[in-house]
Amino acid sequence: MNKILEVRNLSRIYGKGCALCIESTGPEADTNLCPHCGSVVAVHDVSFDLFEGEILGVMGESGSGKSTVVKNLYFDQAATSGQAIFYDAARQYDLFSLNSAQQRWLRNHRFGMVYQNPHLGLNFNITAGGNIAERLLMSDLMDYGAIRDRAKTLLARTEVLLSRVDDLPKHFSGGMQQRVQIAKALATQPPLLFLDEVTTGLDLSVQARILDLILEIQQELKTAMVVVTHDLGVIRLLTGRAIVMKYGRVIESGLTDQILEDPQHAYTQRLVASVL
Amino acid sequence: MNTLPPKTDASAYNFGFLDEYAKKEIRRAILKAVAIPGYQVPYASREMPMGRGFGTGGLQLTLSLIGPDEVVKVIDQGSDDSVNAVNLRQFIEMTCPGVSTTTRTVEATLIQSRHRIPEHTLSAAQIIVLQVPYPDPLVVVEPSEDKRKTMHGEADYSRLLVKLYEDIVKFDEITLSHRYPTRINDHYVIDPSPIPRWDVPKINNSEALILFGAGREKKIYAVPPHTKAEPLAFTDVPFRVEHFHDATGNRRTCSRCGCDGSFLDEFTNDAGAKVYQCSDSDWCDEMLLQVKSWREVSA
Repeated sequence: MNKILEVRNLSRIYGKGCALCIESTGPEADTNLCPHCGSVVAVHDVSFDLFEGEILGVMGESGSGKSTVVKNLYFDQAATSGQAIFYDAARQYDLFSLNSAQQRWLRNHRFGMVYQNPHLGLNFNITAGGNIAERLLMSDLMDYGAIRDRAKTLLARTEVLLSRVDDLPKHFSGGMQQRVQIAKALATQPPLLFLDEVTTGLDLSVQARILDLILEIQQELKTAMVVVTHDLGVIRLLTGRAIVMKYGRVIESGLTDQILEDPQHAYTQRLVASVL
Repeated sequence: MNTLPPKTDASAYNFGFLDEYAKKEIRRAILKAVAIPGYQVPYASREMPMGRGFGTGGLQLTLSLIGPDEVVKVIDQGSDDSVNAVNLRQFIEMTCPGVSTTTRTVEATLIQSRHRIPEHTLSAAQIIVLQVPYPDPLVVVEPSEDKRKTMHGEADYSRLLVKLYEDIVKFDEITLSHRYPTRINDHYVIDPSPIPRWDVPKINNSEALILFGAGREKKIYAVPPHTKAEPLAFTDVPFRVEHFHDATGNRRTCSRCGCDGSFLDEFTNDAGAKVYQCSDSDWCDEMLLQVKSWREVSA
């Protein structure tokens, strides 16, 4: 199997930071707020590998830093320290040493992101088709007919009614907005997709269909994905491997089945036991 | 107490109204604009004795470039005789002694224009200054100037193209009638001021230097001679200019001079009928003279 992404010692600190930040935060200290300087250690020392066509789960409670990890990798925020290498066919990109134009190129051509809140991923003032067109135009497809066809194919694939291609996403239901977001993320057929709490806030039947869709896409396109969620059901259904985060640290990692059936860390045991 | 005697004559002003430091700064901005085609150079737009939005940007460019041997033409939407053009011309005559003005495009060395480029192809000896209300084409898609600057720097114009896409979806064609976003020298996209689409191809590979001045927005940009200017479009939905065909498919002609190759203005005559006439008044006069001389020759 080919490696797609290699993350080493990723850290992100909000605030000026001090020498005592690291030792005075984390699961043992039971906080991510440094008592000495007031900085928030959102993520510290996170490392993982992701292989072609694999789905990696990142789970943890609110504020554990799981969304920050993908935001750093998708360049929504700059990492404080650490290294991430993206392997694209024959090429390698050291993500955090790229300039902003190169980052934008990777974002537009090789990465996809689906946010929990569709407002972040979609422009609500342009049509569903226009949103997908934007992404295709960003990746230098300049043919109107081809853009139109591709947008329709993608929306059909994500089960959005074709009669609504030219409607504004603000008139869509939450589930449909999420489908449009997925279609937009897939527009350039990226080898790497980030999913940040995609099903949170949707009702159960819609959740199930979106998860089905994600699995189908993974089977079809062999897209590697990083799935961030606090929902253990999503982790169980989608992911092969998972990492568990608390107060910005990875406290457990391994095969999803193992983590869910035989959790080692006390926090993970509590997490698994608390599933209704 | 003011002891200076009141001065009322033109000599009370520095040549070209602006002080020499202001001219120097604007000339520097022009040089930078020419060196980076399509880049919006910020400058300290001076107070002018007229409201911002009445062509102060264009006027400051004109006054910084003008010399006593210059022949100036001022146009307002193609016409030399509309209020804006007349006032600006009189102001230039008053503050620049020795400068001559003209209404003839071919005679002018410096042309200040509001929203039209003359029909006559401009020559290398000429400079055209366009008055600009909104210099940044990205303002329709991005409210933050900071982000717009990054977008310009990275030549990220996909959101402008999405606007065009949405236009085609809604109306089956690109409906922008003026301020058509145009890519200069394969990088920066400019707002070519509210010139009609008809004039956009004239920017491409022009012999004359084209300068844009936005007084209220404090920006100067330029398209140097022989520079590529490419209106944004899709490969399968190309850019096109206004066609002026009537319902039967015939090209409308100017009701005054009969020209069938110029940009036409539509207005209603006293009888309530629609009439078409050349927008460029100098062009229309010239065509009329030609028609007359042909008649005399044939008579």
